[in-house]
Amino acid sequence: MAHVADKSKEQSRTDYLIEEYGYDDHFHEHDHGDKYKSGFINHYIFSQDHKMIAKQFLITGMIWAIIAAFMSIIFRMQLGFPETSMAWVKPLLGKWITLNDEGFGVLSPDFYYALVTIHGTILVFFVLTAGLSGTFSNLLIPLQVGARDMASPFMNMLSYWFFFMAGLVMFISLFVGTGPFSGGWVAYPPLSALPEASMGSGVGMTLWLVSLTLFVVSVLLGGINYITTVLNLRTKGMGMWRMPLTIWAFFLTAIIGLLSFPVVVSGFLLLMADRILGTSFYLNEIFVGGHALEYAGGSPILYQHLFWFLGHPEVYIIILPSMGLVSEVLSVHSRKPIFGYKAMVFSMMAIGFLSFIVWAHHMFMSGINPFIANFFVVFTLIIAVPSAVKVFNWITTIFRGSIRYNSASMFAVGFVSMFISGGLTGIYLGNSTIDIQMHDTYFVVAHFHIVMGVAAFFGMFAGIYHWFPKMYGRFMNETLGKIHFWGTMIGAYCIFWPMHYLGIAGVPRRYYSFDVFQTFAHFSTMNKFITVAAILTFFVQILFVVNFFRSIWKGRKVTERNPWKANTLEWTTPIHAGHGNWPGKLPTVQRWAYDYYNNEDGTDFNPQIEPLKEGEADIH
Amino acid sequence: MDTTNGHTVKPYLQSKIHPLKFALWVGIGSILMVFASLTSAYVVRQASGNWIEFVMPKAFYISTALIILSSVLLHLSYLAFKREEERPYKNYLLGAGILGVGFLIFQYQGWLTMMEYGLPLRTNASGDFTYILSWLHAGHVLGGLLAIAISILVAFSIPFKVTASRKLRLELVLTYWHFVDILWIYLLLFFILQ
Ligand code: HEM
Ligand SMILES: [Cu+2]
Repeated sequence: MAHVADKSKEQSRTDYLIEEYGYDDHFHEHDHGDKYKSGFINHYIFSQDHKMIAKQFLITGMIWAIIAAFMSIIFRMQLGFPETSMAWVKPLLGKWITLNDEGFGVLSPDFYYALVTIHGTILVFFVLTAGLSGTFSNLLIPLQVGARDMASPFMNMLSYWFFFMAGLVMFISLFVGTGPFSGGWVAYPPLSALPEASMGSGVGMTLWLVSLTLFVVSVLLGGINYITTVLNLRTKGMGMWRMPLTIWAFFLTAIIGLLSFPVVVSGFLLLMADRILGTSFYLNEIFVGGHALEYAGGSPILYQHLFWFLGHPEVYIIILPSMGLVSEVLSVHSRKPIFGYKAMVFSMMAIGFLSFIVWAHHMFMSGINPFIANFFVVFTLIIAVPSAVKVFNWITTIFRGSIRYNSASMFAVGFVSMFISGGLTGIYLGNSTIDIQMHDTYFVVAHFHIVMGVAAFFGMFAGIYHWFPKMYGRFMNETLGKIHFWGTMIGAYCIFWPMHYLGIAGVPRRYYSFDVFQTFAHFSTMNKFITVAAILTFFVQILFVVNFFRSIWKGRKVTERNPWKANTLEWTTPIHAGHGNWPGKLPTVQRWAYDYYNNEDGTDFNPQIEPLKEGEADIH
Repeated sequence: MDTTNGHTVKPYLQSKIHPLKFALWVGIGSILMVFASLTSAYVVRQASGNWIEFVMPKAFYISTALIILSSVLLHLSYLAFKREEERPYKNYLLGAGILGVGFLIFQYQGWLTMMEYGLPLRTNASGDFTYILSWLHAGHVLGGLLAIAISILVAFSIPFKVTASRKLRLELVLTYWHFVDILWIYLLLFFILQ
């Protein structure tokens, strides 16, 4: 009974503070509650409410993640168990599996390459860019800065639908006769420039380019909105230095995106010209079947420069939002202020800046001048500094905190672990001399899957478990969540750790089969192990998906506005907030986002709407 | 943000600049990145040889004059709008639109001249880059012309009245139009000097 009284006391305190100090923008007078009240179509489909758009991004991203993960199971089967029949996927893949007389199914090499390529493209762009940034920037920016919605809700809606169309085009490309593009997610020419170069280089590549161009439009529309909203629509009192680290992360991510995605568009534009108009931007004298093609004087390396000028910042576009989510989750669940708030912001800025001057570390083996390579080595290694600062701060944040062990905080800690493991191997790769051995081997695959793939997913999971109550008014199941965490944590290390050894031994990535290489024969057990781990980890993710959808309808209901006792503004809205977020006045901000410490009245947090107490210093 | 259902909700703003105007500037920043990267690619490609030099077609200078003039007219139209002078506002607006179309016509002339030089597409990267850059720019001009066309439509179909939202829209068009104007001047100087 006392508990219930506490809850209502807290709610009325929130209401009181908003009523007393809030900014009156005359929201309710015009609108009587949900001012954007709308029918089914406008509410669920062409919604302009940032919260609904966030859910659209999330669920679309999840569908893509499942498709891409399933692809990886198929190509891992080929790598781990090449002697096992693949006849079982024939119903799904059709002609890409050929059966011999005994009914033994073999995966076509062309389709193997297509699978690897599309797996990478989907995960990097659709899942970890749109699914991650799109979801959480949309959900949290207006809620945490105290805005009714994005600067342009309409553009925001367009952003989602461009993403959707990009996905549609990519999906169609899976079903064309010659298969989807198969030249690697980086789409280097000449494989991507000459329609006759490989099976997927024709229609498949055209659709790939159309899809990614639509995707870039989506990113730009979204990014413009995020930046504008953060800079212009913060509520009263929300100075830049009072923003939660999530917002800083989304903000910087959007800036990086707006500066780098246009550059890859340039790269694609020249690629399209080469493909459609027959220009020679990327193509030099090429002989096909003894005949010289009409190209002259172009350079495929030019494409690599344009691609990696986006490509490297892109990996930070993927990881920064996760860093922001993790910072917030760790602080809330260890009941301690984030350690080194400003250092966190400055290191994100440093990472963002440096990410633009390291791109050629992906090109050490492309024949670039070794003196120029040195320049890129130095800056690449310098990125380790702000990265280390962040890791240090996360660890000090949880150090001696009263940590709540739940799915969200465990995934956040898992993120830190993964980021350390993968970051360390980056330092090896960043040395151009070592990279001569490592480039295009499984060492690189291990590096980027751990530091980017798994870590970013962990940040995303932490975010989903933490903000699920805000999104759906219910909790996800904790037991399933913990099984999900341990399964994924152990599974991911089992998959990617052994790949370092493969890579050091020189096993190249993107090979269909190693049968003819005697030197690699003894790795077949390791490859089997990796494949089994991948399949098990895949099933653990199914558990997550089940938990997610079950909890939307059946999860434990949220009964108080601020279930985690967090400081940020999203927890001052009603449990099921309508479009416009706050029914009455806008809350105003009185303090920074991380005042977690013990108060005299026994509580251990001070929401941002809570005025400073007498004699209390404003930290920022 | 502010005009759903015809009601005006006043958001709390951190800065004086209207969010949509700010958004336009951010968008302009990312368009600039496209042109910056393409002109860098141009420089890199040029340095590796096999590059035919040619004189910029005269038509490009005429088109430049037209688009500058068009920008000036649009600005005059905007000033007239603010002073609530209906006639000059409409006339200048119309003039800006016509000159904008003129710009594209002369760009087209320029491309024809390049063909006459014996530089159709696929002859040499120098020509190809010039085509791609000027086409891409023309595409952005087309977008601006569309916005101007809509402004003209609005100006001539809705009774004249100075309202905040009409002023804002005109300002957005104006900013974008000045931007494509300056962008072309940059490209032309780049072509000549490079
Ligand atoms: C300490 C910081 C890091 C350093 C020094 C570093 C260095 C490198 C280097 C030198 C390569 C090229 C290897 C090669 O192809 O031979 C590479 C590849 C890669 N890195 Fe990192 N990295 C770091 C952190 C990260 C982070 C944080 C991410 C993503 C969140 C990331 C994602 C990637 C990806 C995706 C690739 C491979 C792309 C491909 O070839 O398909 N790296 N890294
Ligand atoms: Cu990189």
